[in-house]
Amino acid sequence: MEWNFLAAIGRITLRFMQAVGHLSLFTLESVKNLFLPPFYMRLFLRQLMNVGYYSLPVVGMTALFTGMVLALQIYVGSSRFNAESAVPTIVVIGLTRELAPVLSGLMVAGRVGAAIAAEIGTMRVTEQIDALVTLSTNPFRYLVTPRVLAGIITLPLLVLVGDIIGVAGGYLVATETLGFNAGSYIKNTFDFLESRDVISGLIKASVFGFIVTLMGCYHGFNSTGGAQGVGRATTNAVVSSFILILVSDYFLTVMLLD
Amino acid sequence: MADSPKISLKNVCKSFGSNHVLKDLSLDIEDGESLVVIGGSGTGKSVMLKCILGLLEPEQGEIFIDGQQVVGLPKSEREKSLRKTGMLFQYAALFDSLPVWENVAFGLIQAHGMNRKDAKDIAIEKLSLVGLGSDMASKSPASLSMGMQKRVGLARAIATNPEIIFFDEPTTGLDPIMGDVIDNLIRDCTRELGASTLTISHDMESAQKIADRIALLYKGSVVWIGPASEIETSGNAYVEQFVKGDVNGPIELDILKP
Ligand SMILES: Nc1ncnc2c1ncn2[C@@H]1O[C@H](COP(=O)(O)OP(=O)(O)OP(=O)(O)O)[C@@H](O)[C@H]1O
Ligand SMILES: [Mg+2]
Repeated sequence: MEWNFLAAIGRITLRFMQAVGHLSLFTLESVKNLFLPPFYMRLFLRQLMNVGYYSLPVVGMTALFTGMVLALQIYVGSSRFNAESAVPTIVVIGLTRELAPVLSGLMVAGRVGAAIAAEIGTMRVTEQIDALVTLSTNPFRYLVTPRVLAGIITLPLLVLVGDIIGVAGGYLVATETLGFNAGSYIKNTFDFLESRDVISGLIKASVFGFIVTLMGCYHGFNSTGGAQGVGRATTNAVVSSFILILVSDYFLTVMLLD
Repeated sequence: MADSPKISLKNVCKSFGSNHVLKDLSLDIEDGESLVVIGGSGTGKSVMLKCILGLLEPEQGEIFIDGQQVVGLPKSEREKSLRKTGMLFQYAALFDSLPVWENVAFGLIQAHGMNRKDAKDIAIEKLSLVGLGSDMASKSPASLSMGMQKRVGLARAIATNPEIIFFDEPTTGLDPIMGDVIDNLIRDCTRELGASTLTISHDMESAQKIADRIALLYKGSVVWIGPASEIETSGNAYVEQFVKGDVNGPIELDILKP
């Protein structure tokens, strides 16, 4: 009985290591192909729209309500020791450094990562990826590069928009319901904001954009077994993106802490 | 080099786990020849094509294209040799993100660097060869019937006038008249364009029309190969059973006999 148990642990460990190795190779191959010609401009532009532009509403909504709720909660906390004037600063730092990048990353993972995995997964099981190869086209450069590049570039832009909308949300709640003075709220927001607050958030966003699109491509590429396999690929792409975003967020925060 | 075969398979073995699909398969395709491979469902015909194309790696054996050993060749080298081949997949494998004409023109645009306008003209011309009018050109492949998709796939396979063309069951699912049109088209590819073609077929009538030589695949190796004219008089028990479509004979069927 206990031997079965140990064997199971061994099997799981081996499978895990195999998956890590597999994913590392895929990542290397993807990164390498980012720098190799040909570059498919048309596909890249289409992905910019898909990943970036069409994600604006979701990211905007998320940022707006996060900024609003942040102002409320921080007000509750800071009023306990008469530090209400810190609300604008904490809202803007919380948003730019942490919440806008992470929440945008998660939203885009659900929206874009899943779609990428489903599309590429379907192409895999219907042999369209094989067909690409027979037409002398490298599937990495044709499918992965435009998506990953679009993720790396557009997520910071989305987060920048999210930062602005989030701060605006906090401002609305603070001035409309918490009785803050409009002018001093804005002044406090920018007086203590440092450029590295924003930049560290944008760096995180770029990494998350890479993670989300890479996971979509990876699980799509390796899907097997028809419609069920594509469904599994989609789920795995989203779940693994979520986990990797949250884990890498901690390490990125440590690294970017000045 | 004139006498050496265009494609040569030597003792190719390919298995999936415990399922040994190709066993010591050896087969030559001469320059400018039309070879038809027949064989029961699941005997590894499609797997054989994928091994030649490099979509699957055989565990053992060698494959020569134009005298060059291609098994284990790096992807970039393989890409070059694929530039002179065309492939019709059994289930068409059309790119559903692209309209019909771009599917057909894909190889011209991507691998041969032709401009889109000229490529479109050629695509429309190739579509007319397979009985599809120019009104089909801008449709999405997903909106076509299976037989129409198959014909688009055929147009895509021959669009670049390749030296080597593989057809995986080109006439399956077509009506008899269209089947005849396609048979003639494949004949013309070898006779007029001088291409070497490897066609997989279940249809004995069409096989005899297309083929210079016919090979019968059974349990992963070639059990008979000879000129198309001799198929009726081969004296080979396997061939006779297959041609007659007889349940009784040396070919083992996993069917419960009543
Ligand atoms: N990717 C794969 N993974 C595992 N097994 C596979 C794979 N592709 C093919 N096989 C197996 O290889 C065997 C041969 O398949 P193949 O598609 O070559 O048959 P076929 O001769 O083309 O049959 P058909 O005439 O029905 O198309 C089958 O037993 C199939 O299960
Ligand atoms: Mg087949």
